Amino acid sequence: MIPGSFSYHRPATVSDAVKLLADLGDEARPLAGGHSLVPMMKLRLASPEHLVDLGRIEGLKGIRRLSNALEIGAMTTQHDLLGSDEIARSIPILHEAALLIADPQVRYMGTVGGNVANGDPGNDLPALMMTLGASYTLTRSSGSRTVAARDFYQGAYFTALEPGELLTAVTVPIPPSGHGYAYEKLKRKIGDYATAAAAVVLTMKAGVVESCAIGLTNLAETALLADAAARAVIGSKLEAATLKTAAAAAEAIMTPAADARGPVEYRKHVGGIMVTRALARAAARAT
Amino acid sequence: MAKTHITMKVNGAEVEGLVEPRTLLVHFLRETLSLTGTHIGCETTHCGACTVDLDGKSVKSCTVFAVQAEGSEILTIEGIANADGSLAALQEGFRMMHGLQCGFCTPGMIVRAHRLLQENPAPTEAEIRMGISGNLCRCTGYQNIVKAIQYASAKVNGTEFREAAE
Repeated sequence: MIPGSFSYHRPATVSDAVKLLADLGDEARPLAGGHSLVPMMKLRLASPEHLVDLGRIEGLKGIRRLSNALEIGAMTTQHDLLGSDEIARSIPILHEAALLIADPQVRYMGTVGGNVANGDPGNDLPALMMTLGASYTLTRSSGSRTVAARDFYQGAYFTALEPGELLTAVTVPIPPSGHGYAYEKLKRKIGDYATAAAAVVLTMKAGVVESCAIGLTNLAETALLADAAARAVIGSKLEAATLKTAAAAAEAIMTPAADARGPVEYRKHVGGIMVTRALARAAARAT
Repeated sequence: MAKTHITMKVNGAEVEGLVEPRTLLVHFLRETLSLTGTHIGCETTHCGACTVDLDGKSVKSCTVFAVQAEGSEILTIEGIANADGSLAALQEGFRMMHGLQCGFCTPGMIVRAHRLLQENPAPTEAEIRMGISGNLCRCTGYQNIVKAIQYASAKVNGTEFREAAE
């Protein structure tokens, strides 16, 4: 379980990091928390010739309040999310979801940027960011651009990141006060990826759903937005029949793989249940 | 591959070494520094036996490169005992509450519990169980490990430790 050899680089600034990534080309990988990459390297499923360690770039850490959004630096850890009053107050679904990522040791190292940029369909934050309407800042030597989370994922481990680009920040709009939220994750044990998971953010008025977004984790090659399911509940009082319709609409777009977490039919079935539970719990929290 | 010179503080002492960038922190601790109290269990980031404290964070040292710890402060099981050599509250708790059987997970458990109690000196049973959820024990069923941490928490806080009824 020894990784292959590589050269190690420890830039102090974002501009040094993107220059290194551009100069070193395809054989270089950025190292964030490393808790996806290092295990892959130990299994020799990844053998980068160069690692560009982002761990000492102060400019990539921390959570900043913008007028209507929070900007989360890419190297902010999941442990940092859990310790942030601003997150707990403004975007509590991120607090709830961070608690369900891996285990305490992994959360001290695992970063928001790594979790969303890696393109692993098992990661939890991509579906959350799509549900919340977040956008990613992608930086290269010549400048930066912004890509919506919902446009970022192209396939398992394939994303909109171009060679030489680094995801440097995640900007998450703050949902309206009184919104309801829930992240329901079925997993076999602590530390496991989701068998199926669903994120819901909604607003309600007089018992009727006014707005709703639903995201799905590990139920396809990428995280998914279940738009039809969300449309099915808007304008409803989340009656049993509506919940059933929404779950069916969500299941219709799920294409999970059969693996140790269960056969396809099972994972879609529990995926629908996660949607139903998340909707019900989010509605109960909305004010 | 060229070796890199690294320095760090381990259990209060400045140490240095020459490592390949691919050298994992746990191998540096065990093989270069001969601190074999930190165990290698699964090597796949699951079991937590290799947990050490790195700049105030519990980390699995099989999943961190030694070069990443350059300039850091590290605490391993060898640095847990009190300065006078007596057992720290956690060590005493594991002893008194029979918190170990084979002992393989114990260094990781104690180092993790140390950080947990630093962050939350009086955790509830549920918080303890969540707090050590990254550490696997295949002997005890965790019951006595939880009691050991409760014992240490009570001792450090000067409160009375009462065993929960089973």
